[in-house]
Amino acid sequence: MVPMVEVPVPKEKWSGKVGTVALGASTADDGERKVLSIGGETGMPFLSYEGLGNRQLIAGEVVDDTSELIEVAVRPFGDAVNDPAAWAKRWVEEFGADLVCLRLRSTNPEGKDAPPEDAAQTVLKVLAAVDVPVIVYGCGHEEKDARTMEAVSNACAKVRLLLGQAEENAYKTISAAAMSNHHALIAFSNLDINLAKQMNILLSDFGVKAENIVMDPLMAGLGMGLEYSYSVNERIRMAALMGDRMLQVPMLCDVTSAWEAREASEENATWGDVVERGKWWEAATGLAALVSGADLLIVRSPLAAMVLQDAISNLRGGK
Amino acid sequence: MPTAIEIFKLLPKKNCGKCNFPTCLAFAMQLASSKAKLADCPYVTEEAKAKLEASSAPPIRLITIGAGENKVEIGDETELYRHDKKFFHATRYAIAISDQASDREVSVKLRRAADLRFERVGQILALDMLAVRNDSRDPATFAEMVKRVSRESALPLILMSQDPEAVRAAASATNLSRPLIYAATFENIEGMAAAAKELKYPLAVRHDDLNGLADLVEKVKAAGVEDIVLDLGAEDLQQTLERNTIVRKNAIRKTFRGLGYPILTNVIGRERGMAMALISTMKYGGIVLMEDLDPAHAVPLFVLRQNIYTDPQVPIQVKAGLYPINNPDKDSPILFTVNFSLTYFTVAGDIEKSRMPAWLLVVDTEGLSVLTAFSAGKLTSETVAEALRSTEAMAKSGKGLLIIPGMLSRMSGKLQEATGLKVIVGPKESSGIPKLLRSL
Ligand code: B12
Ligand code: SF4
Repeated sequence: MVPMVEVPVPKEKWSGKVGTVALGASTADDGERKVLSIGGETGMPFLSYEGLGNRQLIAGEVVDDTSELIEVAVRPFGDAVNDPAAWAKRWVEEFGADLVCLRLRSTNPEGKDAPPEDAAQTVLKVLAAVDVPVIVYGCGHEEKDARTMEAVSNACAKVRLLLGQAEENAYKTISAAAMSNHHALIAFSNLDINLAKQMNILLSDFGVKAENIVMDPLMAGLGMGLEYSYSVNERIRMAALMGDRMLQVPMLCDVTSAWEAREASEENATWGDVVERGKWWEAATGLAALVSGADLLIVRSPLAAMVLQDAISNLRGGK
Repeated sequence: MPTAIEIFKLLPKKNCGKCNFPTCLAFAMQLASSKAKLADCPYVTEEAKAKLEASSAPPIRLITIGAGENKVEIGDETELYRHDKKFFHATRYAIAISDQASDREVSVKLRRAADLRFERVGQILALDMLAVRNDSRDPATFAEMVKRVSRESALPLILMSQDPEAVRAAASATNLSRPLIYAATFENIEGMAAAAKELKYPLAVRHDDLNGLADLVEKVKAAGVEDIVLDLGAEDLQQTLERNTIVRKNAIRKTFRGLGYPILTNVIGRERGMAMALISTMKYGGIVLMEDLDPAHAVPLFVLRQNIYTDPQVPIQVKAGLYPINNPDKDSPILFTVNFSLTYFTVAGDIEKSRMPAWLLVVDTEGLSVLTAFSAGKLTSETVAEALRSTEAMAKSGKGLLIIPGMLSRMSGKLQEATGLKVIVGPKESSGIPKLLRSL
């Protein structure tokens, strides 16, 4: 039977394009590390008829301090959570992480207060254990993080790290370190398209090139304001496609925020099995991030990560 | 909506004033801004009426399934992105019962359907519909099962069958209120369309190629059925996202009006059913049809729907004021929080859990969370002190204690000054509240 009607495919004529950022080995690297590129989309997320860009990637979260771990989320790692290098290895070898995201929580002055040099050693150990690109964060304490990240950047000059994070009030030290060691940088902003743009402008004025910036517009977790992030992400992607150069950088979404909701990890008979529920709580947050424009996700649960890896392939039609 | 000039062209141009406006043009202008009804002009022709109705029809038709308080309304959307305004009719979820299921299996499914009901931030999140599937291929067996399910559950139904006779049999076996017939395909279109028209039931139309689907829809319309739901036959995530987007965008942009109907995503038997359900919820799905729904999947799915369908302009909020929890009296302490629903219900729930009597002062922060309100300058020692005054909280609690959110420790000094109360900095997470209250 010959169809009588032709349904048009409403392909937009976007004038802009998301830029790409390469992570992993630098020119000075030993050449062993994988290089992965993100970004490059010429359309809205996963519309193959508008242009897919590079594959969206998943970074597995590793923390160097076990005191605040959510047990259900990291259960599949067993004892490996006590050793960042072993933990990172399991992420890559068993659970298909494309990158590792290391949080140096041990440096927190209100906790263990580990010195920056020790933290940098941890990063080197993780780098030695895996051959994928690595993201490194401090502990969230502004002054300490400046020192920690400077030390990390200097210690890892041979590898192209992605350093977290540059914020409106704290970006100079980390940006300077990133520039001198050819590291890429996360530009964090607070759930607002204008602030996201402002942050990229600040960095570019400071001399950081777009090819070294990944922006993090703050991904709120499921049930914790996810809808705000979903819309901010969509607006950022659209602005980039419409030609706003200051928003044409790939987007990172930290979906471990999902674990802030009590439904993700609280035992409750009427809510069903907590392992299955937690997995989908984070996976749903991740899917919302992907569908609204994320290029790179930071994920905590390996079960959620596997769902998301499969979803990315499937959303891209196997590409 | 057509413009005033477009409407004017279709009016009788008598300028007789019977519509309560002096001229036809004045009337047309009122019509264009929805301030008058076409029926107020006694002379308007049937042809003009039909034309106006067609051009003012919403881009996506509103479809009602079921009746009464459980009825389901889908469609009538106007946006592609929720930030442009909002999404109006939330995705609805259905689970299926086979007409070959044993008595016990049916009871289990019905029990589950009734149990999939959760309260979150003051809203009820629940399963919306039940589908009965004609696996037996026997009209009488199907009718029996439909009868049983409609007797034991008040949820709107989906009649899943390839056979118009089975649909008719179900309809005559019992009194059904507007179930959705699922589905018309190229194989059964004549019979299904005739049954839908006769029974006045909405009809789902299924085909996995959009051109063919548009063809089918035209046929169904020609047969006199207007209430249509589309199944785009998506098998995986990419197809769900792309086809739903194409159909929605064409309808809203009016680049193609033939598929201006709500979408049903059938994930039964699909490898990635849960992910498909989540994607369809974010991307324009009207109904998601599933074999079953485990509570561990239902909770994240329902909450995602709640998030996506929240009005971007209005956070879900509660009324500011002083709330008594666990029968407080003069000796009970005051705690304060914000009027963002998520925050309020979390905190109130934790106080209830403690079983300790307390007064919960809810400060109006226009629906912002604690830190968001604080950063936006909407939660200050002054606004808290003012809320204490206006609710006469101190007349109700004579204890002289004010417990504040842990995130606001930096506010404690000023608050103590402004209120004269002894300020206790509570835990950062409200889950720590029971422990604190018991220690007082
Ligand atoms: C969603 C969100 C928004 C939404 C608003 C949502 C809303 N309705 O409030 C939007 C996008 C509008 C927004 C805007 C802003 N935001 Co905002 N936002 C968030 C986000 C992601 C989640 C907030 C949330 O819903 N939390 C959940 C609720 C339940 O938490 P809560 O109210 O604090 O309640 C908990 C506790 O405080 C405690 N508690 C509550 N009451 C009580 C009472 C007692 C007695 C006790 C003991 C405990 C207790 O229990 C609750 C559960 O544990 C957070 C980051 C994060 N992940 O937390 C940032 C965050 C709150 N935002 C922040 C900022 C800076 C802003 C802006 C100023 C930035 C901007 N974009 O301009 C604006 C300000 C708003 C404005 N100008 O109108 C910062 C605040 C920084 C700070 N430390 O002060 C945060 C922390 C992000 C960050 N990491 O920097 N935000
Ligand atoms: S009643 Fe009809 S014909 Fe008369 S003025 Fe109004 S619109 Fe015109």
